[in-house]
Amino acid sequence: MAYDKFEVLTSTAYPLPIENVDTDQIIPARFLKATERVGFGDNFFRDWRYDSEGNPIADFPLNDAKYAGSKILVGGKNFGSGSSREHAAWSVYDFGLRCVISSFFADIFRNNCLNIGVLPVQVSVDFAQKLFDAIEADPKTEIKVDLPSQTVTLLSTGESESFYINGYKKGNMLNGFDDIDYLQNMKDEVEKFAETRPF
Amino acid sequence: MSKTLFDKVWDSHVVRNIEDGPDVFFIDRHFIHEVTSPVAFVGLKQRGIGVMYPERTFATADHNTPTWNQHLPVADPLSANQLEALANNAAEYGISHWGLGHKNNGIVHIVGPENGITLPGSTIVCGDSHTSTHGAFGAIAFGIGTSEVEMVLSTQCIMQPKPKKMRINVNGELGFGVTPKDVALYIISQQTTSGATGYFVEYAGDVFENMSMEGRMTVCNLSIEMGARGGMIAPDEKTYEYIKGRKHTPKGEDWDRAMSYWKTLKTDDDAEFDVEFNYNASDIEPMITYGTNPGMGIGVTQSIPLAEDVQGGVATYKKSLGYMKFDEGDNMIGKQVDYVFLGSCTNGRIEDFRAFCSIVEGRKKADNITAWLVPGSHKVVDQIKEEGLDRILEEAGFVLREPGCSACLAMNDDKVPAGKLAVSTSNRNFEGRQGPGSRTLLASPLVAAATAVEGAVTDPRTLIQVTA
Repeated sequence: MAYDKFEVLTSTAYPLPIENVDTDQIIPARFLKATERVGFGDNFFRDWRYDSEGNPIADFPLNDAKYAGSKILVGGKNFGSGSSREHAAWSVYDFGLRCVISSFFADIFRNNCLNIGVLPVQVSVDFAQKLFDAIEADPKTEIKVDLPSQTVTLLSTGESESFYINGYKKGNMLNGFDDIDYLQNMKDEVEKFAETRPF
Repeated sequence: MSKTLFDKVWDSHVVRNIEDGPDVFFIDRHFIHEVTSPVAFVGLKQRGIGVMYPERTFATADHNTPTWNQHLPVADPLSANQLEALANNAAEYGISHWGLGHKNNGIVHIVGPENGITLPGSTIVCGDSHTSTHGAFGAIAFGIGTSEVEMVLSTQCIMQPKPKKMRINVNGELGFGVTPKDVALYIISQQTTSGATGYFVEYAGDVFENMSMEGRMTVCNLSIEMGARGGMIAPDEKTYEYIKGRKHTPKGEDWDRAMSYWKTLKTDDDAEFDVEFNYNASDIEPMITYGTNPGMGIGVTQSIPLAEDVQGGVATYKKSLGYMKFDEGDNMIGKQVDYVFLGSCTNGRIEDFRAFCSIVEGRKKADNITAWLVPGSHKVVDQIKEEGLDRILEEAGFVLREPGCSACLAMNDDKVPAGKLAVSTSNRNFEGRQGPGSRTLLASPLVAAATAVEGAVTDPRTLIQVTA
């Protein structure tokens, strides 16, 4: 469905410098039982945010008051591996985040984010480390993610890096469009194509 | 121009190429299940659009179904609600539906091939990352998100940039007790859990040529565990033999026409890959994982690597071993195990049950082991009974459960309790994957069987009589 447009986002960020964070951690399978897209933010990183009795783990970054309200998460390398569950991207969005920055993303998670209006920003390993260091030194460090110019900037030092997004997806994000809007307009072309398929 | 197998299938499904954007990619066959499809149908309703080609979509219930007393109402109201949503949506839009108790029901990636829905040269998607399984037939098959499920339902297309191409060659002869699962876990241990991200893999070489279709499915199934979108193997006589005469397979003249197309589905001699890897079959031994992603695997007789010898972050590595309650340098052999799980879309086929039985026949399940043996489909159950494997299992103290995804992702009641250690033939050893706090060791059906009778991690080669 259509989502809020994404242009320029300036925000503090939650740091999560763990590698290979899989989608079972982002949202465990037992929370995939809804038939509507509601309430996934509550179970975002459920088993890392809460202990087995359901008490919040205070020093886990997503529970830590000093990062509260951030709209960006900076994750370790290979973020979002594993299951194709789009619920993982929904939980990112429902938790209040609009952007995930990492030095490497798993493929399906990246796609799912782009399809629902969460911007995955891939940066170099060095730049990701700079972000982690800056956030550790000052939790109020702000990061500016500028989609039109495809740049991400650490505002405290002015250091900046450009990131890749294809022109089509960039247009979608800037305008809040999704792929179904596009595909609906080419159904005749699809119908002709389908007639050529042997099975 | 020379093309790879992947190029041939991909290029023939591109409806439109968007400049500086993805390809509009046509999907021949679409599988849906109860967990990742309901929200897609909600989306269709909100937009006021329908399903364009209902005959190209196939629904089956598998992810949260119970594996015991399936004839009774599903006790968990949330699971029951999802199953009902799947049934209702299928009925409303005219989609074929194999619900709980239907004779064709089972795990989506097992029932697709069983019923001839999976064909060479086709494109197949499902809201499940292990859709890569179907690549064993020379199809392009991969997992998608729910937004994409909605795209396929409404327009039979998704929008995908063409992945890069990787070929993995494994040549030589596999050692005694080394199964397709071990080949896959070995490759993933070499590639790491992210090494093939951005690529589509073709598996080639003697080892895959000599492998059964079931084995090829196991290998392609696990492609996602090294980050690849999918993996595929060129179709050959074994492939045609497997699919011929199945429910949805083309018949008569259609078969002949299809065969003449399928025979063209191989990589041209001078076609190029973006990257290529070669491995020797003789380097592979029965594998087991020790950490919290499938790339953390070693030969079962080896010890857990030291943090200083591992690529990647030391903090992440230590966190992983901490979760597993293991130490660097530990031997895997002899670790006391609590649960054994045989099943899943990775190893829930007839060949896997035969392998398991080859070890447990004439032996007894260890007292400390809780074993869940879950066939991938009703057809697998029928074949187990036809071959008398159920009697072997029963005599050895095992109970056969009913089909479903079960403890692979523990959405139903088959949950490994916190802190308990499981040897599992499934595909993921992530933290909490088999239940909150559960600890998983991924392995082959042979390693699982040896562990089930010994009560601790065991090299199956020590239990097999060499007859050759």
